[in-house]
Amino acid sequence: MTPTRIAALAAAAALAVGAAHAQAQKSATQSIEEYRAMLADGNPAELFEAKGEALWKQKRGPKNASLEQCDLGKGAGVVKGAFVELPRFFADTGKVQDLESRLVTCMATLQGFDAGAIAKTAFGKGEQANVTALATWVAAESKGLPFNLPQSHPQEKVAYEVGKRIFFLRGGTHDFACASCHGDDGKRIRLQDLPNLTKNPGDGVGFAAWPAYRVSNGQMWSMQLRLNDCFRQQRFPYPEFGSDALAALSTYLGVNAKGAKSAAPTIKR
Amino acid sequence: MADPMRIRAQAQGDKALVRVLMSHEMETGQRKDAAGKVIPAWHITEVAAALNGKPVLAAEWGPAVAKNPFLQFTLKGAKAGDKVAITWKDNHGDTRTDEATIS
Repeated sequence: MTPTRIAALAAAAALAVGAAHAQAQKSATQSIEEYRAMLADGNPAELFEAKGEALWKQKRGPKNASLEQCDLGKGAGVVKGAFVELPRFFADTGKVQDLESRLVTCMATLQGFDAGAIAKTAFGKGEQANVTALATWVAAESKGLPFNLPQSHPQEKVAYEVGKRIFFLRGGTHDFACASCHGDDGKRIRLQDLPNLTKNPGDGVGFAAWPAYRVSNGQMWSMQLRLNDCFRQQRFPYPEFGSDALAALSTYLGVNAKGAKSAAPTIKR
Repeated sequence: MADPMRIRAQAQGDKALVRVLMSHEMETGQRKDAAGKVIPAWHITEVAAALNGKPVLAAEWGPAVAKNPFLQFTLKGAKAGDKVAITWKDNHGDTRTDEATIS
């Protein structure tokens, strides 16, 4: 939290206090929504979007090629609408992949990057930072489109079922699951409303909100990092980047979100 | 080479609203890394705006400005088709200029 952001927050809070006197109806949640709306006008996610678009078109890597022939599931080079149909099964890799792992596949096959090395890189560092920027741009190209993940391939059905089991699996030192926080309506952590992810939580909520820019740490977070952090809160070890577990969990969330309109990239606290 | 800015400039009657997002770490020089060593300051020190090449805004910034800063200002007498150029300079001597056309 930088001083200016704190000042903005304080101003928003002061506004909220004033408004609370005027009408005791306004909840803390609404005030936070207003603060987010103020920030959304200058959402730094746009910077990552611009960077991602440039990376997509730029000739890079050992093969000095662009990503413009990358198949994200709707055919080579088709970006619009691809995000709201991922994760899906890809015949060439024989796996269900989410957006980020698919981008790494393309970076390996088209540009000659070392997929294993990227997977081992920490989020926000080196090529991994580029993957996040690319994912931000690809997601932005599908803004406003409804989620519609394919479930026709047997592997896609398996991914959904596995994801569901992971979602409800209680464990770790605190013995809780994703479902402990995201299994019912109306749950909250401090002032964070928690979407019910066992069903469609609504347009631009939950799965339909990531990648997102986190104001509190000034970082762009992809869905895999978001899920990794959920595992951290569970006191579980991190799944590896591009692991089947993460693809399965994303499939479960994405299929449940069917019909919800994507708002990614969004801005978060 | 710094990442590009995002500049949006819209005509509103006899004025234009300009919104700029800059990509910068804005490190204050007050923080320490995991090893306890001070992370050196790295932030924007000067911002300038020009309308069709004529200077219209100059600002001096310091470590108090947020990471990935957002700047918004109104330009009198600017109309659609005019060009707005924004330049920043940081304490590393790095600089970047981006231009947008008012719509």
